[in-house]
Amino acid sequence: MAEFLMPSLGSDMKEGTLLEWRVKPGDRVKRRDVIAVVDTDKAAIEVEVFEEGIVEALLVQPGEKVPVGTVLAVIRTEAVEISTGEAAAGRLPGAPPAEAVPPLPPGAEAAPAPRVFRAPSAPPSTPGERVRASPYARRLAAEHSIDLGLLHGTGPEGTVRAADVQLAMAVTAEAPAPEAPVKGPPHGEATEPVAPAAPTRERPAGRDQAAAMRRAIAAAMARSKREIPHYYLQTKIDMSRTLRWLEAENLKRSIKERLLPVVPLIRAVAMALQEVPELNGYWIDDRHEVREAINIGFAISLRQGGLIVPAILGADLMSVDELMEALRDLITRTRAGGLRGSELTEATISVTSLGDLGVETVFGVIYPPQVALVGFGRITEQPWAENGMLAVRPVLSATLSADHRATDGRRGAQFLDALNRHLQEPSKL
Amino acid sequence: MKEEKILQTIFKLLRRIAPEADPSGLAPDENIRRALDIDSFDALNFFIQLHEELGVTIPEADYGQLNTLAELTRYLASRVA
Repeated sequence: MAEFLMPSLGSDMKEGTLLEWRVKPGDRVKRRDVIAVVDTDKAAIEVEVFEEGIVEALLVQPGEKVPVGTVLAVIRTEAVEISTGEAAAGRLPGAPPAEAVPPLPPGAEAAPAPRVFRAPSAPPSTPGERVRASPYARRLAAEHSIDLGLLHGTGPEGTVRAADVQLAMAVTAEAPAPEAPVKGPPHGEATEPVAPAAPTRERPAGRDQAAAMRRAIAAAMARSKREIPHYYLQTKIDMSRTLRWLEAENLKRSIKERLLPVVPLIRAVAMALQEVPELNGYWIDDRHEVREAINIGFAISLRQGGLIVPAILGADLMSVDELMEALRDLITRTRAGGLRGSELTEATISVTSLGDLGVETVFGVIYPPQVALVGFGRITEQPWAENGMLAVRPVLSATLSADHRATDGRRGAQFLDALNRHLQEPSKL
Repeated sequence: MKEEKILQTIFKLLRRIAPEADPSGLAPDENIRRALDIDSFDALNFFIQLHEELGVTIPEADYGQLNTLAELTRYLASRVA
């Protein structure tokens, strides 16, 4: 038997809300299958399982907020078969009792047992079904116990948007349809019907979400500045070769396949890390852990404020086209919902690009337990002296913030030097 | 007439990218990306969607001169079939 636990999806995550099960008892799962959606302070995250087997029991219901490490489900692995009676009866021995859940902050009460909003002729949802929804829509739905699977999504590809959930909230609050069934948790014991609760208008969920996001960023960044002795290096890189190459490459491509300027930069970071692997990894328990896989966290800002830094997993193994595809996919899912747990926890270094605005140089704060962050500013035309000649070139300021416990300035300098070298030979990117 | 259709298409695409903003409130000569806080990824998506809606392929080299509603509508009106 294996226990599927509430994961820690960030260095400072203490608890999470189960939003949705994608499996039901009896389903077969394999490694890396997404089996649940968990709401952290930052976003709704798809969580993968790392065992092969059969789902024995789901112990936590959608809407429940539980501490990190709580057993959410039991997976019967192939090797051991046990009687199903005990597990199906409810929480297993060893699972934290309900009282262990720490008191929630005022106004953040756990959602009541799911209340179902049934749209006319909408198909019933099944727990294994994948519902596309924006993170805000998921949060609203969880807070108001509305089943996302029963809503008609009006976003791209039927994605459920916050407005759809708000519409459902308004409809149920105004006129709870008499035939609207109130059902208990899908696979738990039967619960008492719950009277429809009016949405709490005085406490808009959007503000709570923004506040939670700020708290999550605050905790991680305060820890970084408290624990990590940063050192900072900056170099100016002549981007004329890379930009010429990019222009030529994009001329060959349809508009849909065009590369963003940040793609060759990420590719060059991945290549430079192969030469200076010390910057790729973690500082954990007074030890430097260099990682082999190069998973580049890319800072993505959100329109509603805040940012998320999901990882491009195995970035060093990707071509520029694959990187562009991965980046497009990652940005889309960061903004519309559907990030996976591994993408939030397995970044081995971070890259932040503020070049869209007028910023010339980024002095980044490392995301613990990582040991480095690469910052890119805007590419600007600057006077450039080379071989005794003065010219005007497009110039990029690249910075490295690194953990001085893990590396010294010389390693950092070697990294920026390698980065520059790769950007002078774009055809080899 | 053609300009009006183009403008409505632009508004529709901008609302998709920035649902909280009202693009019809933009001044003709206002920098759209700055006013609506649109990053390079969303800008690329905007041009992809313009291509899908209006059939106009905008070369990358022209991105820089398409910053305002006036510039966009003028550019597109001369190219829409």
